[in-house]
Amino acid sequence: MLSRRDFLSGAAGGVAAAAVATTTTDAGAREAKPMPDHALGLLFDGTLCIGCRACVAACKEANGMPPERTMLEGGDYWDAPLDLSGKTLNVIKCYRDGAGTRKDEVNDGFAFTKTSCMHCVDPSCVSVCPVSAMTKDPVTGIVKYSLEACIGCRYCVAACPFGVPRFTYDEAFPRINKCQLCEQRHADGGYSACAEVCPTGATLYGRVKDLQQEVARRKALTPGAKTTYPRGRLGNGDSYQGVAKRYVDHVYGEKEIGGTQVLHLSGVPFELLNKPKLPLDAPARVAETLQGAIYHALMAPIGFLGALLALAYRHMRPADPPLERGVEPGASVKAREKGGEP
Amino acid sequence: MSTAAPHGAHPAHPVREVGHELPHVPAGAAHEEAAPVGGRIWNRFTAGLAALVLVMCAVLAMRFIRGIGAVTNLNDGYPWGLWIAYDVVVGSALAAGGFTVAFLTYILNRGEYHPAVRPALLAALFGYVQAGMSVFFDIGRYWEFWHMFWPRYVQVNSVLFEVSLCITTYTLVLFVEFTPVILERFGWERPRQKINRVLFFFVAVGVLLPTMHQSSLGSLLVIFGPQVHPLYQTQLLPLLFLTSCIGMGLAAVVFEGTVSALAFKRHLEQELLGKLIRIGTTLGLAFLVLRIGDCARRGVLGLAFQPTALSLLFWIENVLFLVPALLVATERARRHPQRLFVAACLLAVGGLLYRRSAYLVAYETGAGFRYFPSMGELAVSVGLVAFEILAITIAIRLLPVLPKEPEAAESA
Repeated sequence: MLSRRDFLSGAAGGVAAAAVATTTTDAGAREAKPMPDHALGLLFDGTLCIGCRACVAACKEANGMPPERTMLEGGDYWDAPLDLSGKTLNVIKCYRDGAGTRKDEVNDGFAFTKTSCMHCVDPSCVSVCPVSAMTKDPVTGIVKYSLEACIGCRYCVAACPFGVPRFTYDEAFPRINKCQLCEQRHADGGYSACAEVCPTGATLYGRVKDLQQEVARRKALTPGAKTTYPRGRLGNGDSYQGVAKRYVDHVYGEKEIGGTQVLHLSGVPFELLNKPKLPLDAPARVAETLQGAIYHALMAPIGFLGALLALAYRHMRPADPPLERGVEPGASVKAREKGGEP
Repeated sequence: MSTAAPHGAHPAHPVREVGHELPHVPAGAAHEEAAPVGGRIWNRFTAGLAALVLVMCAVLAMRFIRGIGAVTNLNDGYPWGLWIAYDVVVGSALAAGGFTVAFLTYILNRGEYHPAVRPALLAALFGYVQAGMSVFFDIGRYWEFWHMFWPRYVQVNSVLFEVSLCITTYTLVLFVEFTPVILERFGWERPRQKINRVLFFFVAVGVLLPTMHQSSLGSLLVIFGPQVHPLYQTQLLPLLFLTSCIGMGLAAVVFEGTVSALAFKRHLEQELLGKLIRIGTTLGLAFLVLRIGDCARRGVLGLAFQPTALSLLFWIENVLFLVPALLVATERARRHPQRLFVAACLLAVGGLLYRRSAYLVAYETGAGFRYFPSMGELAVSVGLVAFEILAITIAIRLLPVLPKEPEAAESA
């Protein structure tokens, strides 16, 4: 039989071991997830965006999202959403400084950025969802939402570092809404509506591998030189002549939280575009590693339960032999006479 | 503490009484040790509680007809608000006295804690029922809640899956642990003996499960990563939540013990409550050492000295964990019921503030979002607590929960 002292020191040791295991980085750590081979995604090049918001309208239409009323200075506007919401999966946001006359300049300049699902390689929303309503397609890597499974707990809303999944709070039978890369259009040969309607190729759809090459090509160009910009979907032949731009030395989404399938290029620093500054390690990996260390394939709780069962059995079964160790006689007599009932 | 002086004059009186009584309890009389308090169920107090429950029902009707947005201030920046941070995270921690007292009594075999077992289990039971109800009101697609337990849907990497499964199972375990009290009330001896034979299993499981989900309530925040302020975001969150919940749970037992002694004009089990609060405040100190040490180790302690509202909260919480330990540090100090009560209140509030800060204040998801609970949210939280107090009061009057009043105390 396990003595109380053994048990306590064992339990304390277990907690300490878990604490040590969780604070050292590699012990039993969950592996970082790789980019799926056929991952699909978007490239958004802010220097090409003219802020027409055709993509915002097209997204609404392609996904059957209702229009939204926005209150701004000088009146109400219909369908000029300022941010993502339960009714809006994609918005174009604007940075503006001073006179706001110089495109992609920090001072007295302006710049555009797109906000929609980043389709993370290791998504927090998938890791947190208790009912598998958020899943990552093993082939395309698209982060998908299943209304049928969702219980509306909103853990995904809270956990997403990009603030992407949104909830329809004003509905009696609510749901989560987020960009799913217009996957429903793929079967008919279609692709993301935002990329399809973009007149300048600022939003480009394609395989992530190809998009990464396109990013490398653009970054290697000399600013001001003539070049060709593809439009719509990479490799569909639609392109136009343009001038190479100057970029900040940061491809947003390339490394953030283990990488994403949507990549952003910009002429101004991403902090100015309100893109969150994020660690390279995926929070999903950090959290799952910690849980794994604590539960260590369920062995720790089973061991703990075994010790608890042994002691509870010993102290509560009426027919057990008398106890001596470290217990006041009155107390143990009482516990046994009670038959251990609470 | 000047009001404590009269008690200090003859401090050992109730203490000795209880201590000497134990060995003389005749075996046959053992199960008569607890007794219903009796008395009228409906009075002004319980009617007031019932009124608060009715207000909650009205708000809930609105919530279910018109949606969460109609009655709450929740938004996509703060998708979890009062109903989760307070009713579930704080509420279940205050109910942690159930498993802690069961652990002391049955796992460590410390019979002196036995009189606290039933009241602690009762409070835990309704604390967890309250948390479960709150989750049901909060989740948007409540009619699908069973997906959390259905193999086709469950997602084992989700900390929330573990928490919900564990809390649900534990609530059922609490029902089983409490069943003998009901059977005893109606004199059903045969089933009571049968249950008693397997009760050790439920007691053991009933200690394991809360250690799992109380720590996991901290782990829930780990994946929020940089969205939670570095003073609060740490890999030690599970351990911090576990240590502080034990302090909070025991504080709640002491609070309820004191209040029920006053409310039902009963003898105050001061020595017992003193021992419990001592353990609670010690765990509170352990929490404090872990927390400050962890902040120092991660090199973020400097952030606690910046002039921000959060660093002020950080220190207020720490003081609320430290002061109760000082208040009841000596044997002499623990003879003052007021001190025990104040220490319990401070410790509970400290744990409450720590949880609120971690879930709502230190959590920052980006500019432009504000959250303060609406009147509707408050009405539901208040209504749930009223329901809990009402249920516990009625149970104490009808069921053998509190220890049978010693004759000596009545004459004193």
